[in-house]
Amino acid sequence: MSNNLGVVRFVARRLALGVLTLLIVSLVVFGATQLLPSDPAQSILGRNATVASVTALRQELGLDQPKLTQYTKWLKGIVTGDPGRSYAAKVPITSYISDRVVNSLFLLVLASIISIPVSLWLGAHSARKRDKTFDNVASNVMLGLASVPEFVIGIILIILFSTRVWHLLPAVIQTDIGQGPWTNMTGMILPTVVLVLGAVPYISRTARAAIIEVLESDYVEMARLKGAPERIVLWRHAMPNSLGPVFQVIALNVAYFAGGVIVVEALFNYQGIGGALRDAVNTRDLPVIQFLVMSLAAVYVLTNIAADVATVLVTPRLRTRLQ
Amino acid sequence: MSVPNHPAETPVPPVPELDLSSAAVTERPPGVLRSGLRLWRTRVGLIFVTILVAIALFGRYIAPYSESKGIALPNQPPGETRLPSTFGSGYKGQDVWTRFLYGGRPILISAFLATVLALFLGTLIGLVAAYNRGKLDDFLMRVMDVILALPQIIAALVVLSMFGATTTVIVLTVGISTAPRIARVVRGTAVSVVERDFVAAAESLGESKTRILISELLPNVTAPLLVEANLRLTFSIGVIAGIGFLGFTPDPSAANWGLMIFQNKGGIVPNHWGVTLPVAALALLTIGTGMMGDGFSRATGGIDRARGDA
Repeated sequence: MSNNLGVVRFVARRLALGVLTLLIVSLVVFGATQLLPSDPAQSILGRNATVASVTALRQELGLDQPKLTQYTKWLKGIVTGDPGRSYAAKVPITSYISDRVVNSLFLLVLASIISIPVSLWLGAHSARKRDKTFDNVASNVMLGLASVPEFVIGIILIILFSTRVWHLLPAVIQTDIGQGPWTNMTGMILPTVVLVLGAVPYISRTARAAIIEVLESDYVEMARLKGAPERIVLWRHAMPNSLGPVFQVIALNVAYFAGGVIVVEALFNYQGIGGALRDAVNTRDLPVIQFLVMSLAAVYVLTNIAADVATVLVTPRLRTRLQ
Repeated sequence: MSVPNHPAETPVPPVPELDLSSAAVTERPPGVLRSGLRLWRTRVGLIFVTILVAIALFGRYIAPYSESKGIALPNQPPGETRLPSTFGSGYKGQDVWTRFLYGGRPILISAFLATVLALFLGTLIGLVAAYNRGKLDDFLMRVMDVILALPQIIAALVVLSMFGATTTVIVLTVGISTAPRIARVVRGTAVSVVERDFVAAAESLGESKTRILISELLPNVTAPLLVEANLRLTFSIGVIAGIGFLGFTPDPSAANWGLMIFQNKGGIVPNHWGVTLPVAALALLTIGTGMMGDGFSRATGGIDRARGDA
């Protein structure tokens, strides 16, 4: 009972810290957009707008109110799920964004579902065959993949699989907004592979290091001595205790995906939040930029909290310390 | 049958007295730099980096044409251009080889400057946080967390859209968003150094804080810092080439490896060289810096590169 209480208190403290971090991020995001030289009302209406219409629009957008009021109104809107209207598309952000969010999430989930087991498998086998050929080849390939920027990897795959060498896979994804990307799974292959190749080096390397540490411990020796087959020793005895650091790096990689989708979506003309952010940046659509940046920061903070909590839950040593 | 009596013939010369205790004190282990350069991966990495840096910095002096000169219709393969060209023409009919020779410099210089800025800021913040601990430490690390909460490329996109993609803004944005990652590593290493006796000795001698940071703490974090510098240079090149690929470069008409890939992507079927050359250059350059970082980290003994770098 006291055990649970400790975990609950830990989660509550991490959540509070996360909210604090997001509050500071929101101040920075809002403050930065105030530094913009151009007046949003002026840029929406264009150069030929009359002074009266600009003033009217400024009033409508609430730009004539004090900065503090604008900030609290904006923050309240984001928290209550009503982040305002897009300047450029002239529709509520939620309806403008929702299909794109679904598209990006689909790509992200697909990449995570594939990269996590692949990384664990690779890490476990590298750990078992430590310093043998498999481990050396894998670690050098992973080093290369970790160094090269993802859009370069993507282009290499496009050259290989869709244009110059073989014509197996489409180089661009032709899905309309609103039409689910799952209707075009062959098109999803390359973007997913690019993200997976970007994440696997980090997760597998951490998994390898963590598993090697556990494989050298006494209780694994014990399991071997009682005659457990190596496969069981690896997956049943060693793996569960290696998961703590792995969760941490998986969380970091979800954050990496959030940045990676921008480039990958540009590469394959995929209609997701990356495209929305690029469009918003080009048209200086402030409400959309602010909303997307806040959402991505929230994803980062939440996955980190989730990883910390998961680490505590799978590590008895940490769990008991919280009592 | 006489058995030669060897031992008696050659007298053993007296062993000179070796003062091992003083040798152990004066003879320092080889530095990370030197022991890192003994590994083949560091050397191969260094060769890659040297070649690509040479192309990026001096390539323009051997370019056959001027940077913006049109030599053919767009995307013509080699042999079908109006003026002679080894690698054909790009999306605007300019010589791909010339654009390639010009396009590395902006990326390389910004990435280098951004890494230097990040190293300076990160080391300073990391050392100050580790030495002072307490509230200042908490505050600094919380600020670092806030910066880390934004994926680098997204932070860069937003800042560049507001202030324009000048070289200064690119260097500042990438440098500042990289600094927290270095600060974390430096702080992590320096925290245990602060506890050691020689720091207490320096304090009791009345050395100033600045002096303790620079001459007591800094020398003890150089090994992880060297590894980190290579890693961060690798990622800065990736980010800066990436924002170039997304269309943010100081001069849209100037050649830039990242932008060049985006521009020539559409012409990949008629003439792939406009994409292949910059892709190969970026891949070799980043693999080179990555291999050097890996070599140095092996030399420092098990600094785990997989701390996770989002």
